[in-house]
Amino acid sequence: MNEILEILEKDARATPEDIAKMLKMTPQAVKKEIKRREKEGIILKYKTILNKELIHEEQGGVRALIEVRVTPKKDLGFDYLAERIYQFPEVTSCYLISGTYDLLVVVEGKNLHTVASFVAEKLSPMENVRGTSTHFILKKYKEDGDILRQPKKDKRQAISL
Amino acid sequence: MELSKLAEQIPPSGIRAFFDLVLGMKDVISLGVGEPDFVTPWNVREAAIYSLEEGYTSYTSNKGMFELRQDISRFLKHRHGLEYDPENEILVTVGVSEAFDLALRALINPRDMVLIPEPSYVSYGSLVMLCGGTPVSIRTLPANGFKISGREINAHSGKRPKALILNDPNNPTGAAYRKEELKDIAKAVEKHNLIMISDEIYSELTYDFDHTPFPCLPRMKERTIYLNGFSKSYAMTGWRIGYACGPKKIMDLMTKIHQYTIMCAPITAQMAAREALKNGERSVQEMRREYRRRREFVIAGLNDIGLSCHKPEGAFYAFPSIRRTGLSSLDFSRQLLKKEKVAVVPGTAFGPAGEGHIRISYASSLDNLKEAISRMKRFLRGKCSSN
Repeated sequence: MNEILEILEKDARATPEDIAKMLKMTPQAVKKEIKRREKEGIILKYKTILNKELIHEEQGGVRALIEVRVTPKKDLGFDYLAERIYQFPEVTSCYLISGTYDLLVVVEGKNLHTVASFVAEKLSPMENVRGTSTHFILKKYKEDGDILRQPKKDKRQAISL
Repeated sequence: MELSKLAEQIPPSGIRAFFDLVLGMKDVISLGVGEPDFVTPWNVREAAIYSLEEGYTSYTSNKGMFELRQDISRFLKHRHGLEYDPENEILVTVGVSEAFDLALRALINPRDMVLIPEPSYVSYGSLVMLCGGTPVSIRTLPANGFKISGREINAHSGKRPKALILNDPNNPTGAAYRKEELKDIAKAVEKHNLIMISDEIYSELTYDFDHTPFPCLPRMKERTIYLNGFSKSYAMTGWRIGYACGPKKIMDLMTKIHQYTIMCAPITAQMAAREALKNGERSVQEMRREYRRRREFVIAGLNDIGLSCHKPEGAFYAFPSIRRTGLSSLDFSRQLLKKEKVAVVPGTAFGPAGEGHIRISYASSLDNLKEAISRMKRFLRGKCSSN
């Protein structure tokens, strides 16, 4: 992968000036490259990773993994149905996968009840949805490469030869 | 009470007091750390845990587990085309530190001269003295990228030295040698019939060209003790595991001393080392890329704030000049610590040739490096206005 993308994927706040220093480029060239990648849609947006379990004021919410078995639509395959599903704001991720079911849908809701009613009222009744199986997430340990806890302190001696 | 004159004679690590100052201070940003800021890759740690669960808690063969020696042999062959026989030419040690000490003890007779390019890693000179030998330093200069060439060896050959110690890439300067440069050194080594002790612990951290192990050069294998280990490449400093390779005759002697003093390297570390060799390449590559970026960042930053710095080609150190401040290395480091809470190592920790320089380790997060450089900038502004 392009090194600028590699750096930004790890730290979205890395400035063009810093990246330029790291890669021996000019800040202008870095900015241009980033713009280009944004235009191409390779860089979609810059987000912050939150550890929501630590947000106490509003009970974080619940997440569920839902396995969905579907009948693919003629000519449109799975994409048609996937799109109808992922448009719901409750859906945080949606994948087409191989194996015993077809779509893996991750749904986020305020509580168990909201997720359950999403499944019962929105997802299951959909035409071509043959069945669902819902798994609630009890605890998140790691998400997209990030371990959800404070990084550990540097254990090294402050100075050594 | 009379204690060992030899032990009393060797210089105390001159900057102990400065180190204590650093260790006693809170919230210091330290660029003074001589080890990776990564932790050992998980697969390696996991292999060690598993070995404990399986009950691998015994001694191993003195030379180290045969399987590990085989893995080392294969790795060197595959990585560098370097051939060592796992049976007779490889010894697993407690870090390169032990291997280095053994090499000297196997070679040195009282009053033997040993050439050491300076600035050098701290223990070289002292360990030569502990063996009754005499360290002869070869001063290296920033203008030459802190490297020696055959010429310097020739110039110091009058004293009929026995051995040369080369640290490639070098701690503290980051100097790394290209094949052509090594060939030039090899010529002088052969001409003066020197034994080469080649400490290549930072070999996987070479950024601008492929590292050439010294014994790969024609006719050098038979006169080289090749030292390497796992500390820097696999972020395994605390495991204390390294190895020495060389001619059977020398390795036999080193093994003899090793079996009296150490018996064998810890088995858990040996098991971890096997996993590192087997599945560590990806982690090494990732770390190397990360260090290289930080290197560019730090060198640019130092030059920006007016501390001129040659480009280090290996290890994870920058060794900028602080001469324009008019301060000694130690005073600069002390004042920087007190005023801005940034810790660096004074160049003189690595011998008098390090005066006028400081060692900056970029084995530290980019945020730390950035903050440290901006503090140094502020510090330098104060210095220049007061001058």
